[in-house]
Amino acid sequence: MLDIDIADLKRISELIFQKYNYDFRNYAMSSFKRRVLRIMELKKLTAEALLKKLTDTPTFVNEFLDELTVNVTEMFRDPSFWRIMREEIIPAIMLNHKQFKIWHAGCSSGEEVLSMCIMLKEMGILHDVTIIATDLDVNILEKAKNITYPIKNMELNEKNYIRFQGTSSFKNYYKEENGNAVFDKNLLMNVSFRRHDLVLGDIFNKFDLILCRNVMIYFNQSLQNEVLKKFHESLFKYGYLAIGSKESLIWCDYANRFIVVNNEEKIYKKIKD
Amino acid sequence: MSKYNLNNSYKAVVIGGSAGSFQGMVKILSQLPKGFPLPIIMCLHRLKHVRNGFVEALSIKSVVQVMEPHDKESIKKGAVYLAPANYHMSVELGNHFALSTEEMVNNSRPAIDITLGTSAFVYKDKLVGILLSGANRDGALGMKQIHDRGGLTIVQDPAECMIDTMPRAALAVTKIDHVLKVDQIVEFLKELDKQYR
Repeated sequence: MLDIDIADLKRISELIFQKYNYDFRNYAMSSFKRRVLRIMELKKLTAEALLKKLTDTPTFVNEFLDELTVNVTEMFRDPSFWRIMREEIIPAIMLNHKQFKIWHAGCSSGEEVLSMCIMLKEMGILHDVTIIATDLDVNILEKAKNITYPIKNMELNEKNYIRFQGTSSFKNYYKEENGNAVFDKNLLMNVSFRRHDLVLGDIFNKFDLILCRNVMIYFNQSLQNEVLKKFHESLFKYGYLAIGSKESLIWCDYANRFIVVNNEEKIYKKIKD
Repeated sequence: MSKYNLNNSYKAVVIGGSAGSFQGMVKILSQLPKGFPLPIIMCLHRLKHVRNGFVEALSIKSVVQVMEPHDKESIKKGAVYLAPANYHMSVELGNHFALSTEEMVNNSRPAIDITLGTSAFVYKDKLVGILLSGANRDGALGMKQIHDRGGLTIVQDPAECMIDTMPRAALAVTKIDHVLKVDQIVEFLKELDKQYR
């Protein structure tokens, strides 16, 4: 069975940082190890051969990044979360601003962005919202812009949509072409996609709502702490932050600058600058 | 006097189970000695999209309240943990959990191989691995990793299992130290508990 020790994993993350300026040094070790093993298996490389390839072949790094980052997601994941968004969080934001801004941080292949757009459209406010969706990986951003997904994923997505109690029929949002579900591009009219690195990148805008669900689970605690500071700075006062249902902020330095709005769905509100 | 030749160096018990494991798991949790000294880390196959109910069902008769840990939550002695729905659950160096939403493994998320394999990596020979009834091969590789790193391996007796695919798969790929019925697993845990008194 393929294996890799921690020393080699550290050599890989150090090399990628020094040579390519991507920082995986503070990623959670268990999942980072699985991702690297997966690449070794896929490309039939030993740890030494992988290090050599990353050193000698700069173009390989994009492929490496694409496989390393976790891009498994579904539309309307946790339907109860989306119901709370529709019934409580978005209306609360709209009490103060008719127009507002949302950041999807670590948007991956875009299913969550698309879910948001469908929900906003059904609420009749898609025009009033500016959405910025970012990811580290340029290849996955292209997928997100295309909003074209394998038709076999639609069964699960539709089930989630029904549990979310959407007001339309899920099938109205896409057309079937060559085994793919091709979603209506108009849904993305107010979305801009851009490459952004949560670890090394700067603050670039202020938002009323940030969604970053199941992204920080791949970071160790010290990196989670740093990223939360960036989210804090990127939120307007009384803006909202949503993380994954089994993530927690309580051990972060900035935890006391937020209050819990919904503990089941892990929605927080910034209350202190 | 112990027929299992135990000692008090173990740091954790990790348990995997799938179809047909629920009753056995409930029995184990309900007869666990009070103040059991080790964390019990469970990965049981479950419906991916039902977040609530399972932990409550397991807790009803359990001596200890079962918890679904948050990402990066510390692992405490005597606590009983269950992998949450639709997340893989790993044990990390530094004695805490890490959750992930990676691809399904063996058609499962949570996958038993991930919880068992990462536990084996962290606890090495200080780990007891138990695999119960189930209908697929998830957990077999994890049991092998536990054995290869010097941990103790136990499977539920296939003759007692509602579906014996899972323990049989483990028996086929690695050395299993003990093949036990659920009542004997309870007895084993009581013996293990005595080592710490």
